[in-house]
Amino acid sequence: MTVQPIVQGRGIVKRYGHVTAINHSDFDLFPGEVLAVIGDNGAGKSSIVKAICGAVQADEGEIRIEGKPVHFSSPLQAREMGIEIVYQQLALSPALSIADNMFAGRELRKPGIMGSVFRQLDKKAMEKFARDKLTELGLMTVQSINQAVETLSGGQRQGVAVARAAAFARKFIIMDEPTAALGVKESRRVLELIQDVRAKGIPIILISHNMPHVFEVADRVHIHRLGKRHAVVDPAKISMSEAVAIMTGAMEPPPVEEQQLVPKAAA
Amino acid sequence: MSESASKGQDYESSLSGANQQVAEFEKREGFVYKLQHALHTNPALVPLIVLVLSIIVFGLLLGSKFFSPFALTLILQQVQIVGIVAAAQSLVILTAGIDLSVGAIMVMSSVVMGQFTFRYGIPPGIAVVCGLAVGTGIGAINGLLVTRMKLPPFIVTLGMWQIVLAANFLYSANETIRSQEIAEKAPILQFFGNVIQIGSARLTFGAIFMLILFAVLTYALTQTAWGRHVYAVGDDKEAAELSGMEANKVLVSVYALSGLICAFAGWALIGRIGSVSPTSGQLANIESITAVVIGGISLFGGRGSVLGSLFGALIVGVFTLGLRLLGADAQWTYLLIGVLIIAAVSVDQWIRKVSG
Repeated sequence: MTVQPIVQGRGIVKRYGHVTAINHSDFDLFPGEVLAVIGDNGAGKSSIVKAICGAVQADEGEIRIEGKPVHFSSPLQAREMGIEIVYQQLALSPALSIADNMFAGRELRKPGIMGSVFRQLDKKAMEKFARDKLTELGLMTVQSINQAVETLSGGQRQGVAVARAAAFARKFIIMDEPTAALGVKESRRVLELIQDVRAKGIPIILISHNMPHVFEVADRVHIHRLGKRHAVVDPAKISMSEAVAIMTGAMEPPPVEEQQLVPKAAA
Repeated sequence: MSESASKGQDYESSLSGANQQVAEFEKREGFVYKLQHALHTNPALVPLIVLVLSIIVFGLLLGSKFFSPFALTLILQQVQIVGIVAAAQSLVILTAGIDLSVGAIMVMSSVVMGQFTFRYGIPPGIAVVCGLAVGTGIGAINGLLVTRMKLPPFIVTLGMWQIVLAANFLYSANETIRSQEIAEKAPILQFFGNVIQIGSARLTFGAIFMLILFAVLTYALTQTAWGRHVYAVGDDKEAAELSGMEANKVLVSVYALSGLICAFAGWALIGRIGSVSPTSGQLANIESITAVVIGGISLFGGRGSVLGSLFGALIVGVFTLGLRLLGADAQWTYLLIGVLIIAAVSVDQWIRKVSG
C-alpha cells in the first residue's frame, strides 16, 4: 500500500530570464515527517519551496497537495489551505503584541453587532488562544501575551513564529532557516519545537544550512543540486560529510534503490 | 533516528554543563525604566502632560483671562482645522509615510464644494458629497502611486501638493465666494461654523467634529484588525506582508481616508472662515506635521497614538493664545514650538530604545 504524499511536485521549472532556478525538479513530502532540504548556495532550494507555497509561480510542471493539483498565485492562498511558513527573517511585527502577531491577518472579531458592524476585535479570545498555543509548546516563560514582540529575544521570537505556524497549519509547515539567526541554546529550543510539532502530526519542510541540525531532526534529506532534486537520503545511513559531498558534486549520489524517496514506513 | 540524533548532538554535548535557561527576562526596576515602559505603552502620555502643564502655567500667569470657558473653547475653535488635518496626517505617518498634500486637498475640496454649488447650481448637499469624493479620490491616487509605482510617499505627495494646489487656482480662477452669499444660498456649506453656546463657552460644530473624529480613529486603530494592520505596516511592511496582511490595500485605504478627512477639513474650513477661498489654509501641511510630531507619533512609523496629535495641536493652540494674551511677540510662539518639536523627537528616540 502506498501512502499519498502531502505534497507532490513533478517536473517543476522556474526560469528568471536566462537563469533556470528550478530545472525539472521533483519534490515529495509525506505525512508526519520532517523533510530537510539542503543544497549549496544558489542550488535553488529556496526557489522550489517558494514555488510550492505560491511565493513564485512555476513555469512548468505540476504540484499536487493531497493529490489535488494546485496553482497558488500568492502565499495567502497557500495559507488559506492550511500551509504555514516560518521565515528566516521571522515576519513578526516588532511593535505589536505576541497575541496580535499570532493572529496577524486572521484576527477574531467579537460576536454580535460589535464584531459585525463595529469590527471590534475579540482581544480576550485571541489572548487566550495565543496563551494556550504557547503553553502547548512550553513557551510560556514569556511573561505577558500582550508584550510587544520587540522586547523578546531572538529565540523567543522564533518560538512565537513557530507557535503561530503550528497553531494554524492544517497541511504542513515550511521553515526557512529557522535557526540561522540564533545562538546555540536558542537553536536547541527551536529544534525541540520542531520535534514537538512533528509529534502533533504536522509534517515539516525544513530548509537549512546547518548539517548537525538537519541530521538531528530530519526523517529524510532532500539534496538539491543545480536546480534539481539530486538525491533523497536517509540521514541514518549517510554521514554529514557524505551529504555535503553529494550536495557539492564531489561524490555521486547513492543509486536510486538505496535512496529514501519514500519514507520507510510508507514503503 | 536515535543514532543520527546522537550524531547531531555530539558537538553540543558540552552544553549539558551550561545554564539551561533560554533567554530569561532580565527584571528591570527603577523609576526611569518604569517611566520609559509607561511611555512606550502609552505614547500619548508625554504630550498630555505637556498640554496640562502648559494650561496650568498660562492659567497661573493670566488668571481668568486664560482659564475661562470662553478662552479654552476659543483654543478648540482655533485648532479645529489643524486638528482635523493632523488626524489625517497621523494616519499616514503611522504607516511610515508623510502626506504633504493634506493642505492642498483640503482647499481643493472646499473649492469644489463652493464652485459646484455656485457655478453649476448643483444642490449644496450634493456639492458637499462631490467635494468629499474629490478629496478621497486624490488621497487614493497618492496611495496607488505609493503602492503600485513604489514611489516614496514624500515625493508622491510633494508632487501632488503642487498639482492639486495649481489645479485649485486654475479651476477656481482665484475667485473667492463671499461669506454672505454662502449664508444666503447654501448654508449647509457653513454647517461646521454653527455654534453651541453654553454660558460663555462656545463650541463650534467643527471643534466637536474634530473631537468625534479623534474618538472614532482611536477606536479604529486600537480595536479593529485594520488598525492593527496600519501599525504593523508602518512598523515593518515586509514582515506585515509575510505574516499575511495585505499591506498595499492597507496603505491605499490609509491615503484615501486621509484624503477624505482632509476634505472634511475643507468643509470645516468654510465654516471657520465663512467664505470659500482658494488661497486659504496654506500652512496646514506644516502645522499638521508639527502637531503630529509634538504628539509623539514617530516619523519612522508604527509608533504613537492618534490622540497624541490632538494633544499636539492643542499644545500649539494653548501656546499661541497664551503668548498672545501675555502680549508677547508672535515669534516667541514659533520659537517655543520649534523647541517642542526637537524635544518631542528626542523623547521618541529615547522611548524606542527598548531593552529586550
